[in-house]
Amino acid sequence: MKVEFKGINKSFNGVQVLNDISFTIDGKIHALMGENGAGKSTLMKILTGVYQSDEGQVIVDGIEKKYTHPKEAEKDGIIFIHQELNILPFISVTDNIFLNKEITKGIFVKQKEMDQQARSLLNELGLDIDVTKEAGQYSVGQQQIIEIAKALKEHAKLIIMDEPTAALSEKETVKLFEIINNLKKQGIGIIYISHRIEEVFMLCDKISVLRDGSFIETLMSEQTTRNDVIRLMVGREIVDIYPKKLPYQDDIVLQVNNISKINKYQDVSFELHKGEILGFAGLMGAGRTEVMHGVFGSDPYDEGSIIVNGKKIKNRIEDSIKNKIAFITEDRKNEGIITEFNIKDNIIMTNYDSIAKKGRISNKMQNQVTTEYIELLKIKCSGLQHLLKKMSGGNQQKVVIGKWLNINPSILIMDEPTRGVDVGAKQEIYSIMKELCEEEGISIILVSSEMPEVLGMSDRVAVMHEGRLVDILNREEASQENVMKLATGGNNNV
Amino acid sequence: MFKNKDISRYTALIAFAVLFIALSFMSSSFLTTDNLLQVLRQISINGLIAGGMTFVILTGGIDLSVGSILGFSSMATVILINSNLPIPIAIIIGLIIGGLAGVFNGFFIAKMKLQPFIVTLASMTILRGLTLVISGNKPVSVASDSELFTKLGQGYILGIPTPVIILIIVYIIFWIVLEKTKFGKKVYGIGGNEEVARLSGIKTDRAKIIIYGLIGVACALSGIILASRLGSAQPLLGKGFELDAIAAVVIGGTSLVGGKGKISGTFIGVLIIGVLGNGLNLMQVQSDYQDIVKGAVILLAVLMDRFKQD
Repeated sequence: MKVEFKGINKSFNGVQVLNDISFTIDGKIHALMGENGAGKSTLMKILTGVYQSDEGQVIVDGIEKKYTHPKEAEKDGIIFIHQELNILPFISVTDNIFLNKEITKGIFVKQKEMDQQARSLLNELGLDIDVTKEAGQYSVGQQQIIEIAKALKEHAKLIIMDEPTAALSEKETVKLFEIINNLKKQGIGIIYISHRIEEVFMLCDKISVLRDGSFIETLMSEQTTRNDVIRLMVGREIVDIYPKKLPYQDDIVLQVNNISKINKYQDVSFELHKGEILGFAGLMGAGRTEVMHGVFGSDPYDEGSIIVNGKKIKNRIEDSIKNKIAFITEDRKNEGIITEFNIKDNIIMTNYDSIAKKGRISNKMQNQVTTEYIELLKIKCSGLQHLLKKMSGGNQQKVVIGKWLNINPSILIMDEPTRGVDVGAKQEIYSIMKELCEEEGISIILVSSEMPEVLGMSDRVAVMHEGRLVDILNREEASQENVMKLATGGNNNV
Repeated sequence: MFKNKDISRYTALIAFAVLFIALSFMSSSFLTTDNLLQVLRQISINGLIAGGMTFVILTGGIDLSVGSILGFSSMATVILINSNLPIPIAIIIGLIIGGLAGVFNGFFIAKMKLQPFIVTLASMTILRGLTLVISGNKPVSVASDSELFTKLGQGYILGIPTPVIILIIVYIIFWIVLEKTKFGKKVYGIGGNEEVARLSGIKTDRAKIIIYGLIGVACALSGIILASRLGSAQPLLGKGFELDAIAAVVIGGTSLVGGKGKISGTFIGVLIIGVLGNGLNLMQVQSDYQDIVKGAVILLAVLMDRFKQD
């Protein structure tokens, strides 16, 4: 399927978000890259009829289309698989695939026939599961394949995937790529939106770059380099995105002793030094996030102990915060920010004492505190009243950082701090981390699924595998190969 | 954005003004001091409950048991008075009983993680049953002829009915708590996103238990005022009161999802419901028809709120 964009303009409330976009997508696997806010999603929403463009044409296989509803695009075989999957967890796999398109005889649904079709669709994609079970029981990777099956049932000719690997394990990612390549062989086009540049080069034939609502260039992935693409995305050359930080000091600020939680992690011990960044690497489901919730007290451990600055502390959120432990969780939207609230009300949530005099909230102090973090972290906003839901992922993440800096932390746990954050903001977050370590003497635990990030930022790297901390590697030992070997259950004699 | 917020704050107020002016024209007895004081006295009961309900709804919860808490604590207080307990002590125990009933709700909601709807539906039934048991399913008259007690519901201070004075004091306290204290900020935070609040170190469970306790005390207070006004406690007193309270909060612009709303909005909501009822009474509209109008107003209010968001 060939899709041409011609002079697409779109603005919301007077803000131009797409500016005269013209380029062509013709079959194969076509990556769409750009920082958050570059206009990728808006463009795709125009293609699929969620939004209508103010000006310009969308031409599908030579015919101008003006979809006013995703259903119309679906009829032409254009299907959008969103980052947040549209799987209903409490109904069966079959019923998900056939939702609102049930095969019926009179008023009755023909369940057996639907089950059979669902099974064969999934088998074609190499997934052999019980289709009569609730879809929510299956992993995100499997749910994604269910969504693809749903698309194939609609005779998809072009499938748009938005960050499909964001929540997948390595294994599932490999499997997904296999499926995508197979779809390509069948002549189905893919538009692949991703921040993960490695994947894009591995998978895609062409890469189109958007920046600030404008189309920049389409490149053949074989004839370009990662640095070229990043440069086009940010409009500047990125020399080294990981700043070199000073070595840590000898003082131990946090000592975690043999903490365990049934079915989650066993016997985890480590030490954190003043000014150190301790990375946590491992595959999805290795238990890293769970350990951090244990350390912070948001999901207490069953056994073990935690010592902060030589003092044993209670395993409760309140006591962690009192002892200056801050926790930036991986799930920003559900655990980090209140999207309906403004910056002010988000930032002060960890420490109401910082804005209160004798128990009374002072508006002036609240404004001061907020302004301080907006400036310190260079948060882009129209003012203190800016709602979080109207901010990019990177800026939201900075608000979360500000919210935790407001307790004057000495230990900062950051779980996937750059997930869903664009390249520019990523860099800013890295340099904030460096400054916090060097100037404030803060110690950071960095949990990340992006190997280059863990290796690039950490002084030492702890590797977890199936609920156990297998080894802690020094910077010199921590090569991609060594970490991966440990993370996949290889021996620890590196 | 700022402008929008201003308009949305005023929609309830404008609706109230329109209603007020319209009623002044439609009924000659509406705009008289006597009648207006009467209205204020009537709304003080719903006002107290709706004030507490605002906190509950701001956290994303709901309390269906308010009418039963009101009924039970008023019955308990009258029985205590009749057993010759000093009036102030009987009243304080009555308030504590209401608070404990609320804490009971809060405990199951916060600690046992049950749905507020179900928990308060259950306690609504339990407390009503208990009220019937302790009263023998009969009204209990206040045996004491203490002025202190009668004044609570029937008296005047500086020409203003006592319940109205109480209502105003309570609303000022509620306003300060919500707008000016850390606790108020936490209430909004919990309603905005409870998990975010919890992970930010807010003791969400404790705050919720306190809030349900608080509405319990507010209900008990209105129950005691009603008993004073009627000179007796009725076994079925307070039945259906939850609806008017929830309606007032919603008309006042507080979101049922939580996190958004103002106590001043609730006050206007209470006024609208009160004035509407009074006006319809003055125009001698039958109570069945009044219900239809009230229902329509609630629907209209929510609808307006919906458009405001777009």
